[in-house]
Amino acid sequence: MLALGSAALAASLLVALYATGAALRGGIERDRRWVDSSRRAVYAFAALITIAVVIVESAFIGDDFSFEVVAEHSSTTTPTFYKLTAMWSSQEGSLLLWAWVLSLASSGVLYLTRRRLRELAPYATAVLMAIAAFFVGLMLIAASPFAELSPAPAEGAGLTPLLRNPYMVIHPPMLYSGYVLLSIPFAFAIAALITRRLDAAWIRSTRSFALTAWAFLGLGLLLGSRWSYEELGWGGYWGWDPVENAALMPWLIATAYIHSIMVQERRGMLKVWNVSLICGAFVLALVGTFLVRSGILESIHAFGASTVGGPLLGLIAVTAIGSSVLIATRFDGLRSERRIRSPLSREAIFLVNNLLLVGLAAVVLWGTFFPLIAEAVTGTRSSLGPPWFERFVTPLGVGLVLFTGIGPLLAWGKLSPSAAGRLLLWPGVAAGTTAVALALLTDAGESLWALFLFSFAAFTAVALGQEVWRAASARRALTGEGRGIALGRAVARNRRRYGGYLVHAGIAILLVGVAASSSFQTNRDLRLDVGESADVGDYTVTYERLDSDPTNERIAFAATLDVDRDGRDFATLSPARNYYPTMDPAAGPIGRYFEGEATSEIGLRAGAGEDFWTAFQPDLSVLDDDIARGNVELAELPPAAQGVAILALAESYAESPPPATFRVIVNPLVVWIWIGALVGLGGAAIALWPSAAARKRVRAAYAARLGRELEKA
Amino acid sequence: MEFLIGLALIALVAAFVTVPLRRRAEPPSDSLEAERAELEALKETRYREIRDARADHAAGKLTDADFERLDRELRADAVEVLKRLDRLEERDV
Repeated sequence: MLALGSAALAASLLVALYATGAALRGGIERDRRWVDSSRRAVYAFAALITIAVVIVESAFIGDDFSFEVVAEHSSTTTPTFYKLTAMWSSQEGSLLLWAWVLSLASSGVLYLTRRRLRELAPYATAVLMAIAAFFVGLMLIAASPFAELSPAPAEGAGLTPLLRNPYMVIHPPMLYSGYVLLSIPFAFAIAALITRRLDAAWIRSTRSFALTAWAFLGLGLLLGSRWSYEELGWGGYWGWDPVENAALMPWLIATAYIHSIMVQERRGMLKVWNVSLICGAFVLALVGTFLVRSGILESIHAFGASTVGGPLLGLIAVTAIGSSVLIATRFDGLRSERRIRSPLSREAIFLVNNLLLVGLAAVVLWGTFFPLIAEAVTGTRSSLGPPWFERFVTPLGVGLVLFTGIGPLLAWGKLSPSAAGRLLLWPGVAAGTTAVALALLTDAGESLWALFLFSFAAFTAVALGQEVWRAASARRALTGEGRGIALGRAVARNRRRYGGYLVHAGIAILLVGVAASSSFQTNRDLRLDVGESADVGDYTVTYERLDSDPTNERIAFAATLDVDRDGRDFATLSPARNYYPTMDPAAGPIGRYFEGEATSEIGLRAGAGEDFWTAFQPDLSVLDDDIARGNVELAELPPAAQGVAILALAESYAESPPPATFRVIVNPLVVWIWIGALVGLGGAAIALWPSAAARKRVRAAYAARLGRELEKA
Repeated sequence: MEFLIGLALIALVAAFVTVPLRRRAEPPSDSLEAERAELEALKETRYREIRDARADHAAGKLTDADFERLDRELRADAVEVLKRLDRLEERDV
């Protein structure tokens, strides 16, 4: 199967190169036969990459350790669910995933546009297949998923313990789908620039792909944050880590893009912005892939030793420079058809929106890359931590919340000052009232930025509610329908608008959760013996007992904590610490189970008002002498006997444990981060959903076409 | 066996990909169909803009004068698209 997989991959490279050449020939000579042939080549590319994926997944499921990628990232004891998803924990598998998602997305968009965008499609095909050829070439040269281990080992290294979490399983495909789907509007933007067809046709046909990319990137960010909160044991969901920032930057630019294209569609403006934003978003998607895959985050030296870092950097440079040259040489054709007439207009607010989001992305970009550049120049590793990011991101983010409320209130073209006053009145009152109430009745006034954000979120909530209310009332006045029916039909007739409003609401809710949990968190590290208690805010935490919970994969110690609030039972939590064996023989047959990689299972009681979160770190140093003795005395025993000794050691530790360390965090409103994100994603789904009217128009178009062709026959 | 499967795969791909190259050049009606589809999409966009402007006016965001000016502009744009569609129909006859 290794040979078949390698052959499929090599064939896919040839097919991708053929598709690129055929598409360009068809576009330049305006010969549909070559264009259609190139489109078929894209479908064939997708089929070949799918075969490669199936072969690799079969190898993981079947524990075929002759595949080097399987031997290094799976084992016979890895649960089947994690075997299926281990593919993308590896360099090779993640590149294969990139190519696979790209092949499916390219096939989809070319199928959907096979009878439209005749001038653009060939060049878009060439761009997509050139990117695909790059990734397949990279695999063949530097990171093949079909590299062979001979002789094949009897056991694999297993999946990194930190990745044994459902969120981490779904997170990479979501992120990669987001990155790859950005290539679709990017390819069509390049095609529009090449052919100088700079109207909004390419935007209309690729808008859904851009919004879907945005949604997948958002979902990937959400899953990564949730994983961090649940798995990493530090109690946070966002650390401004370069890997996190790598996904945030294209998401920010994609957010600006999906707003800005509305201005070009409606008013023929911001054309330079739009081509620049989508090119920037895709370049940042490549930068994200580069950051994670090149080794540069370990050190600049690791990057130098990486086989994929250099080529990825080359692709980024070609993409960035090529896009810039095209935009510069087509500048005249990108002039706006109209001007922004008034600051009180939706297009003016979208321009402000662009500036805020690009500003945010620029801050994150600088904060992520400055340490890497500094290390390359000075040789000293440094980093910019959360306080640096928050100093600049916070005011921009707070401003963004305000504009998520203002934008929907305005109209295209111009809003009269009197109408503006009328529309802004109640949201303004809500903001002011919220600010005063929170300042007087809560501790919110201790953080001015948080107070501003809560107030602006209230503004946004009332503004959006007002919009929906007015729409329902206007429809009711026209049709006489009941308010509920009028509201439902108003939303159904304009899913893009009201889906977008729901996204705005979700973002505002999410940022309220971020502000509250960042600004008003209670965080304590406790050292408790069994039976001891300590107070954390309004809570009393008692360490009841320790249990040992071994499996054939790992040893685990789980603490039972009794938590009271204001003297009443609140929760019983079981934070745990898992210890996975290391393959390092120097650790000894007993020590390898206590000195390998460790993960945390947190104890969590989530609530609408606050989360009570706890992680646990047992003190295993008391076992050092027993482990050292066991490594010597039990070295010659069979593994089964050593296993019995390890279990006995773990049990005796649990019966009489030393004091342990607990991190306890009380996180206000953090659950609203997850709820807000889901609300936002729901809004995106509504905005993407084709309306019944659109489906009827497609059917009518086919009926009309059939009628015309029958007339001619 | 894998070698044979690989050969068969390559032959299948080559046959599939080269089907269009064995036909004659595209009849003119196909390109007209593509242009019609693009104009229909543009027409729907223009109609949506007109409806949105009407909704904004009903919601009190636009004064009567601003709405009339905007509505005139949008309807003129929509009429242009309808004219282009009509010219396309004439070419298709």
